[in-house]
Amino acid sequence: MDKPWNNRAWLLVLPVVAIVAFSAILPLMTVVNYSVQDIFGPGQAYWVGTEWYRKVLEDERLRDALLRQMLYSLAVLAIEIPLGVAIALCMPSGKGWRTSLTLVLLALPLLIPWNVVGTIWQIFARGDIGLGGAALQRLGLDYNYTGDPLDAWLTVLAMDVWHWTSLVALLAYAGLQAIPPAFYQAAKIDGASRWSVFRYIQLPKMRGVLIIAVLLRFMDSFMIYTEPFVLTGGGPGNATTFLSQFLTRMAVGQFDLGVAAAFSIIYFLIVLLFSYVFYTFITKVGTGDAR
Amino acid sequence: MATIELRDIAHSYRPDPRGPSDYALRRLSRSWEDGTACALLGPSGCGKTTLLNIISGLITPSEGRILFGGRDVTGLSPERRNIAQVFQFPVIYDTMTVYDNLAFPLRNRGMARPDLDRRVRRVAELLDLTGDLKRRAQRLTPDAKQKISLGRGLVREDVAAILFDEPLTVIDPHMKWQLRRKLREIHKEVRLSLIYVTHDQVEALTFADQVAVMVDGAIVQVGTPQELFEEPAHTFVGYFIGSPGMNLLPCELAEGGARVDGIPIPLPAGPRPDAGPHAGPGARYEIGIRPEFLEIDHLGRAAGNGGAAPGLVPVDVTDVAFLGTHRIVTARLGRHTVKVKLDEGRPVPGDPGLRFPPGRTKLYRDGVLVN
Repeated sequence: MDKPWNNRAWLLVLPVVAIVAFSAILPLMTVVNYSVQDIFGPGQAYWVGTEWYRKVLEDERLRDALLRQMLYSLAVLAIEIPLGVAIALCMPSGKGWRTSLTLVLLALPLLIPWNVVGTIWQIFARGDIGLGGAALQRLGLDYNYTGDPLDAWLTVLAMDVWHWTSLVALLAYAGLQAIPPAFYQAAKIDGASRWSVFRYIQLPKMRGVLIIAVLLRFMDSFMIYTEPFVLTGGGPGNATTFLSQFLTRMAVGQFDLGVAAAFSIIYFLIVLLFSYVFYTFITKVGTGDAR
Repeated sequence: MATIELRDIAHSYRPDPRGPSDYALRRLSRSWEDGTACALLGPSGCGKTTLLNIISGLITPSEGRILFGGRDVTGLSPERRNIAQVFQFPVIYDTMTVYDNLAFPLRNRGMARPDLDRRVRRVAELLDLTGDLKRRAQRLTPDAKQKISLGRGLVREDVAAILFDEPLTVIDPHMKWQLRRKLREIHKEVRLSLIYVTHDQVEALTFADQVAVMVDGAIVQVGTPQELFEEPAHTFVGYFIGSPGMNLLPCELAEGGARVDGIPIPLPAGPRPDAGPHAGPGARYEIGIRPEFLEIDHLGRAAGNGGAAPGLVPVDVTDVAFLGTHRIVTARLGRHTVKVKLDEGRPVPGDPGLRFPPGRTKLYRDGVLVN
């Protein structure tokens, strides 16, 4: 069969191509340029090959930051996904003021700008006037997020959980609401326990939305910048300096553009690789016939 | 195995029902003998699914009691009644294999492995699923999934009845026939009570030994498919069952018969229908006759020597539709339209007249069959 072929159709794609080119491809290629050359100014660029990359990979502080980052993302996923699912399971269903109220309450943290979230927690966690920090100190705990690395870590984690668990909960809730009532009725008739209902009906039906939740939370937490920057400024020491902050410090603070560019490319590839591997793994697992 | 008995069951989805219109299911009592295949037939919203869910225990009725084999199960949850249910959309456990799906109800009830294995394999054989046992249930076609839903009911040895809630809705037309035949086969083999809810008269009439026709939250007639066809107890049954449905003509009573727009129609001999206790001056009468039973003939030839033919009513034919093995003739009788089913090969006369065979012509008072 002859398919109509008309090159003018490309015109329809053009606006998208233009937008993506200006907002993503051009900046990315600029970064590639910087990562393989030593650029002092317009017309003053020298080819350096892989030197910046070698320098970046040898940098111990970077390796530390990467390790810290991985630990952080894993912790975020390990807490937020189960917690979000648990919240979704407890949420009221059906129409009514209870459902609406719960949804609004859950959506609130998601509506707050990220730097404001950082400021809220900075004040909340203060030992002298902060509701959370002061309460912990009253309980006799030696809590001080500006001085103690572990406290700083826990505070940043708590902030992320507070800020983003809602997203997971809302996604999981949407997944749960899409399950037809017949499934629950059939499970009841089959004599399934509460756990079986979760394991064999709810969890499989939430699979799709949970994949998206994990991907979103992984990518976002892996690139986290604003909140720890406002809350701890990366400290104490480098305890909460994650990759993006490390990168900014290198590029803007020390004006080490070549190294920072090489680092950006590596950073980008890591996120891409993780997401890709994770996505292919999770979409393959649990769909095969093998058992 | 047990007789299912409903005693004065009624259900309303409102907390404080006032009038009869607040009830999704009006007060009714019925019982089903053990081992029958019964269909609940009715249009959407007639209360048939509500009734089914009351039997399965998914809904607790607002009023009345339900008994399985004499045991009151009104307050029991579905898993504690010995029933299984197949839903409109196939319910399977996606992550499990077909085998595990079938074994699931037995595992939940703690059955020992050798027994469980034997029962699962037997049911799989019954449903032609043996080759698919190791496959993941998610990958199967809708009809195979629906068989698995049914299989989860069949494996249990404690099941007295299997309930079906429009189970063929999402099945391809050519698979519907197969699945329905399979159901009948299985019914013969296991002799379980089957209760089948549908709005499709073909499904109901071919599946069931006994069909209960429902409308507006009430059962209007229970009978074999033949009884429903030949003796509709209610005008609703008349026009809901059959294709096209029964002709219903408003009429007045007259000596020895009825009059439709002044045209006399003979009725079977018997006591005068307007003498009964329900007969009042405001009663509305209709005669009903199925298109299959109306006879069409030449007015003139039957008359012989020019006079009006005995028992023939003159009509105007307005339309003839060809439907393969037969034709549907649409005719005007006074101000009313009548449909007549005519076997293929028989011509439509040029001077058509209709004969209403007295044994086939029914009289209804306010929608209910008289006599």
